[in-house]
Amino acid sequence: MALSKRKRAEYFRYSQYTLLVVIALVIAFLADWEQIRTAFFNFKTMGEMFPNVITIALKNTLIYTALGFAFGLALGLVLALMKLSSIAPYRWIATIYIEFFRGIPALLVFIGLAFGVPLAFQIQFDIYSTVMLALGIVGAAYMAETIRAGIQAVPKGQVEAARSLGMSQGRAMITIVIPQAFRIILPPLTNELILLTKDSSLIYIIGLARDQYELTKFGRETLSRSPSLTPILVVGLCYLIITLPLGYLSRYLERRSGGKKVSVL
Amino acid sequence: MSEISVEITGLKKSFGSLDVLKGIDVTVNRGDVVCIIGPSGSGKSTLLRCVNLLEEPNDGKIVVNGVELTDHDVDIDRARTKIGMVFQSFNLFSHLNVLANLTVAQRKVLKRGEKEAQEIALRNLDRVGLKEKANSMPAQLSGGQQQRVAIARALSMDPDVMLFDEPTSALDPELVGDVLGVMRQLADEGMTMLVVTHEMQFAREVADKVIFMDGGYIVEEGPAAEVIGNPQEPRTQEFLARVLDPTHHGPSDPA
Repeated sequence: MALSKRKRAEYFRYSQYTLLVVIALVIAFLADWEQIRTAFFNFKTMGEMFPNVITIALKNTLIYTALGFAFGLALGLVLALMKLSSIAPYRWIATIYIEFFRGIPALLVFIGLAFGVPLAFQIQFDIYSTVMLALGIVGAAYMAETIRAGIQAVPKGQVEAARSLGMSQGRAMITIVIPQAFRIILPPLTNELILLTKDSSLIYIIGLARDQYELTKFGRETLSRSPSLTPILVVGLCYLIITLPLGYLSRYLERRSGGKKVSVL
Repeated sequence: MSEISVEITGLKKSFGSLDVLKGIDVTVNRGDVVCIIGPSGSGKSTLLRCVNLLEEPNDGKIVVNGVELTDHDVDIDRARTKIGMVFQSFNLFSHLNVLANLTVAQRKVLKRGEKEAQEIALRNLDRVGLKEKANSMPAQLSGGQQQRVAIARALSMDPDVMLFDEPTSALDPELVGDVLGVMRQLADEGMTMLVVTHEMQFAREVADKVIFMDGGYIVEEGPAAEVIGNPQEPRTQEFLARVLDPTHHGPSDPA
């Protein structure tokens, strides 16, 4: 009495659902719900975290990310232009930079700037400079490749038209090519902004004053006073307030550009 | 000013080992319309692109309005402002609206003020019949409209000579007439024009001189009525027969 292929597939699907229900029931009976509630949803801790989690931590995360993104974008544009330069040493420098900073942990860059540079050169950056430089240096390595791909995706005819109207190479680049390139790479740049938002947490390794806390540091500090997972859940949700809309924005921009894909590598 | 607008002598151009232009001499008198015809791959587009140095010639001399472009010390950007170019694929700046397409080079290159640049732009848009499209984006226009805007953009620089690289080849058939109409009007106004085209009717009616190119050489040149109406060279005859009466010919000879 062999079952048909379709019947077998149907039974297989049922058995999977059954398995899931069984597992869910076992967990529901065995779990200590009161402990889970106090661990994740300690309302007293939540109450203590507001409003500082928004007015200080979330605000600082946004500021640090914006600083790093702005510096990274500028440096990334320079690196992209170097990578496309007709002067070979510029290309080499850009390639080495990009490969180096894409290949090492961002945390290492933060440690280097926060502790290495002061010891080696007796230069002490303030918190804003540190986070801007560290995030920017790492972000630039990724954004350079994206920007380069965007510049190369601008049709050759655009440059020819610009040059035919008497624009110099540099003028055509600034006036015609780069504005169009940024339109093309808006979706991947938005993704890069999401990554930097999360990487801004790495500043936690540095000693921060209370009003300099960003989300991760804030969550960690709250944790030490209130031993539960609640602070982590709260700051995690705060990250999502930033990253989820950016993710939707990125996908929206991608759809709007007609799914024109840019190869980044 | 001399009567000669464009003078090309001994022009050679190769891409790698492929010789595309093998020694070309062309003279265009001021106010003349010269049409360049020939099969694809004959080098006619390359010749045109050499006239504003979008392609760097390997050998030969190009003089436009008394300026030798092949001189290494020439300010090519400055020279190009006097040479209008119209492309097969229009190449309007896709991030700028029509008016900005016409003003951007006036402002950045010729350093004209905003008001002056806009006045000149609107006057030229009017010439091509698209004044009401000043605030449209290129993507909102039909191919024929885009090409007319491209012509107006080139005209806004007040060029001495206009180059047209197969300006109607990318257009739907019903839109070709609008663009040719604008070009004919330009010719009537006395613009010096060098036109690479497959539109034999246009060449016959508007051109002062027709040049037939094949295999990197000029095979035949002369008044339109002679080159198109009564070609002497067998290659010209063969080409024109295919173009003018395509249904009465077999597949081309692979040789």
